[in-house]
Amino acid sequence: MPPIPSAAGAARIKPAATPPELLRNFCIIAHIDHGKSTLADRMLQLTGVVDARAARAQYLDRMDIERERGITIKSQAVRMPWAVAPAGDPAAAEVPYALNMIDTPGHVDFTYEVSRSLAACEGAVLLVDAAQGIEAQTLANLYLALENDLTIIPVLNKIDLPAAQPEKYAEELAGLIGGDPEDCLRVSGKTGAGVEDLLNRIVELVPPPVGDADAPARAMIFDSVYDTYRGVVTYVRVVDGNLNPRERIAMMSTKATHELLEIGVISPEPVPTKGLGVGEVGYLITGVKDVRQSKVGDTVTNAGKPAAEALGGYSDPKPMVFSGLYPIDGTDYPVLRDALDKLKLNDAALNYEPETSVALGFGFRVGFLGLLHLEIIRERLEREFDLDLISTAPNVVYEVALEDKSVVTVTNPSEFPGGKIGEVREPVVRATILAPSEFIGAIMELSQSKRGELQGMDYLSEDRVELRYMLPMAEIVFDFFDQLKSRTRGYASLDYERVGDQVADLVKVDILLQGETVDAFSAIVHKDKAYAYGVMMTGKLRELIPRQQFEVPIQAAVGARVIARETIRAIRKDVLAKCYGGDITRKRKLLEKQKEGKKRMKTIGRVDVPQEAFIAALSSDAGGGKGDAKDAKKK
Amino acid sequence: MSPALPDGEPVPADGSLPEWVAGPTERAFGVYVHVPFCTVRCGYCDFNTYTSAELGGGASQASYAATALREVGLARDVLDRSGVPSRPVSTVFFGGGTPTVLPADDLAAILGGVRDAWGLAPGVEVTTEANPDSVTPESLRTLAAAGFTRVSFGMQSAVPHVLATLDRTHDPRRIPDVVAWARDAGLDVSLDLIYGTPGESLDDWRASLDTVVATGVDHVSAYALVVEPGTKMFAQVRRGELPLPTEDDQAAKYELADTALTAAGLDWYEVSNWARGGSTGGHACRHNLAYWRGDDWWGVGPGAHSYVGGPTAASADGAVPASGHAGVRWWNVKHPRRYATMLEAGTSPAAGRELLTHDEAVLERVMLQVRLDEGLDLAALEPDGRRAVAGLVADGLLDGRAAVGGRALLTLRGRLLADAVVRDLTV
Repeated sequence: MPPIPSAAGAARIKPAATPPELLRNFCIIAHIDHGKSTLADRMLQLTGVVDARAARAQYLDRMDIERERGITIKSQAVRMPWAVAPAGDPAAAEVPYALNMIDTPGHVDFTYEVSRSLAACEGAVLLVDAAQGIEAQTLANLYLALENDLTIIPVLNKIDLPAAQPEKYAEELAGLIGGDPEDCLRVSGKTGAGVEDLLNRIVELVPPPVGDADAPARAMIFDSVYDTYRGVVTYVRVVDGNLNPRERIAMMSTKATHELLEIGVISPEPVPTKGLGVGEVGYLITGVKDVRQSKVGDTVTNAGKPAAEALGGYSDPKPMVFSGLYPIDGTDYPVLRDALDKLKLNDAALNYEPETSVALGFGFRVGFLGLLHLEIIRERLEREFDLDLISTAPNVVYEVALEDKSVVTVTNPSEFPGGKIGEVREPVVRATILAPSEFIGAIMELSQSKRGELQGMDYLSEDRVELRYMLPMAEIVFDFFDQLKSRTRGYASLDYERVGDQVADLVKVDILLQGETVDAFSAIVHKDKAYAYGVMMTGKLRELIPRQQFEVPIQAAVGARVIARETIRAIRKDVLAKCYGGDITRKRKLLEKQKEGKKRMKTIGRVDVPQEAFIAALSSDAGGGKGDAKDAKKK
Repeated sequence: MSPALPDGEPVPADGSLPEWVAGPTERAFGVYVHVPFCTVRCGYCDFNTYTSAELGGGASQASYAATALREVGLARDVLDRSGVPSRPVSTVFFGGGTPTVLPADDLAAILGGVRDAWGLAPGVEVTTEANPDSVTPESLRTLAAAGFTRVSFGMQSAVPHVLATLDRTHDPRRIPDVVAWARDAGLDVSLDLIYGTPGESLDDWRASLDTVVATGVDHVSAYALVVEPGTKMFAQVRRGELPLPTEDDQAAKYELADTALTAAGLDWYEVSNWARGGSTGGHACRHNLAYWRGDDWWGVGPGAHSYVGGPTAASADGAVPASGHAGVRWWNVKHPRRYATMLEAGTSPAAGRELLTHDEAVLERVMLQVRLDEGLDLAALEPDGRRAVAGLVADGLLDGRAAVGGRALLTLRGRLLADAVVRDLTV
């Protein structure tokens, strides 16, 4: 029998009445497919929170997309009971503990959410696939955990795999975080081997939370989820004081107050409790309908007896990547608008405003945290709302200083100011690339061609290397990850975080059809890449746009200067040779169909372009980011 | 095989027409007779025609004249019952298939049946299509004696390798002879050509045109080859055995044809047709003009279409009526055996019909009349369509002088882009 607390023990760890020294708050840091969810499932079973038969695989991943991709988007927190016999005295009574496992998003797009989840914990399980070793994104989250002073418990997973090399990767982990390779636990989420030891180790090593029980309440929001029936469900970690049902609470960033309709813990379904005390983790329901009223990182306090100071670390999520989203069927525009409004309820980082494109019609310019965020939103729109969408190539945000010193923020390349420009600043990221050392040359070559600057290089083990680069974020958003993958046969992993911006020699390349700018294809690129972009895009459109009754020039231009040109020759024949008695009905129907098709075309100047042509031009390799995001999460 | 019949509504078993077709009319009346037989099936052909091997028993060529005559009788009865005034027939056209695989006497018998049913108008035009290798001086004399006035030979090309690609069996050297025989018999002669056959060079095409011009015929039709799905040639192209003709190549050949034929005194009068004196010079095919002008016509035979009660080019105000009815078109069942069975049972062989709406009638009128050298009365266009005229003139697709005079008349370039012009004129 696994050590689940007895009834007497369970009474000592009731929510709202658990002494902080019996609490352990931890998270699991892992790369996307290194088995975090499977391990979490195993813990839920061992602690009796779910029985094996009721357990759905990967219980904590709620949404279909997450389940399908095996990745976690939204974090949740589960309270698990666990009993440990005091060390050195097997005869002594077991000590019950309440373990709060806080699930963290694994992807770089959600760095801020990760950092808030980490801030709710005192310890972190660093979970690494024993057959693959640590990956760049895990490294990034490990740094975040160390910055939050978390106790790290290194664990190698999947030791049941034939390809596992636990010795090798234990060395690698010890080299990274210090300590003895022997301290690295070896588990298998799949078979359950070593998981009990891990739970014991968590109790042993993770420090109990510390807080002032008598101070005014302060609880940090680390997640906020919209539920159709309950409204917003807010996940909090209580730092000081306590929160109780039916009291009025206040959000310290907005000063908004709400009545606490329900407070409780997740185990693994929501269970209302008499409140939450120091160090405890649970959920709040206030009846608000929009996650923006309950922001991740904000501090919840008692409205009647408010804390003087909010907890640190709060910031508003800032979109880093923008893309235009358009319904392929223009009549779907209201559906898209409603769908975005709905998703926004559950995604404080999602922002958008209406946008009109000559080529694509009515749509929205949408800001995302990153490429994965973009891809997830797009896929949810298509799947949950049955929309067919086209997205423009993703772009970053530019600050353009004009000659008069005023600064314009550009989130859409077609709005890049013309005329005299002082300077253009673009966001820069610090990128960490982990790869087998045989690919160093290929990675350096690629990074250099993407305007990267090498910051440093370290060997993680004999044959694995970490390279650190400063790179323009625009290059990452374009096709960096695809190329990195192809040049390293899929072995490299990438993580990046925004570290500031830089002045760069950037220009806007416009694409013109018969002299008319096609807004959806304007791109901001480095001066040295303008020609290549122009040649690529004009060539592609020449293939895709059907011949017209007149010759159509396609040009790429920087300002008034044409840098590339293609021509679509005029069509010479568009007539059915025979049109006699038996042909008339068929011929008329054909013309009616063609007329319908013509109505669906977009007219740029006088040129009729089927929307499919724009879509094809946008969605292939030159579209950029889409492929990145896909690979990033599949890995 | 031949293209599928259109979707339509069912036709009453007795073939009755909607009651609104009744009443006096100025429309002319023509009869088309489809002869669904060929000795061989050509690789490019998707017409409703059958070789004896394909057909099997039950619908023999020998009994075809009798079956067709049954439909002629039914036609007379249907039109009378429907209150459409009986008019002498202005034109009769035997097409196929290869009408001349039937004995000349059979063709004469069917024509006789038409004469018995409605009478033939003074100066009636009676045409038959023919293969150059399915006629003799005697058979042509027999046809002329029976009342035929015109023969249209499927020459297609004067170049052996082009004919071979088309599966045509006749000897091109026979062309001047058959033209001479037909003229000697007193028949007006037309030659049909196909351009853009896979492997046909510009010189090959020029040679065909030169051959045609040398015969001195008064009428020529030239059609761009269309590789239709379901044909043998379509499969050959798909397998890469034949190159797909390009539209640019066909456009160049069309322009070459127009130059050569015009120089020989044959004037363009419809997208694919040239005749001495154009549409009004006495050599144009009046039966085909009736299709393009919107007259009444009855199609006899399997798969044949018929059309009654539409607005015509000669309507008083030139416009399609804004409301009400704009013609009925129907089509017969395709297979000769089923066609024969239905007629023997005394029922109409029609498979379906459509009652044209105002918009459909406008589109048809524009699409058909704009193909002609007399052009389309601009009054027949809706306001949106009229607004497109200036742009089409500016693009060189419509003749400016004619537009000022109130007609939409295609230029040479416009003829090659006629479908685009129609789409613009019927926005």
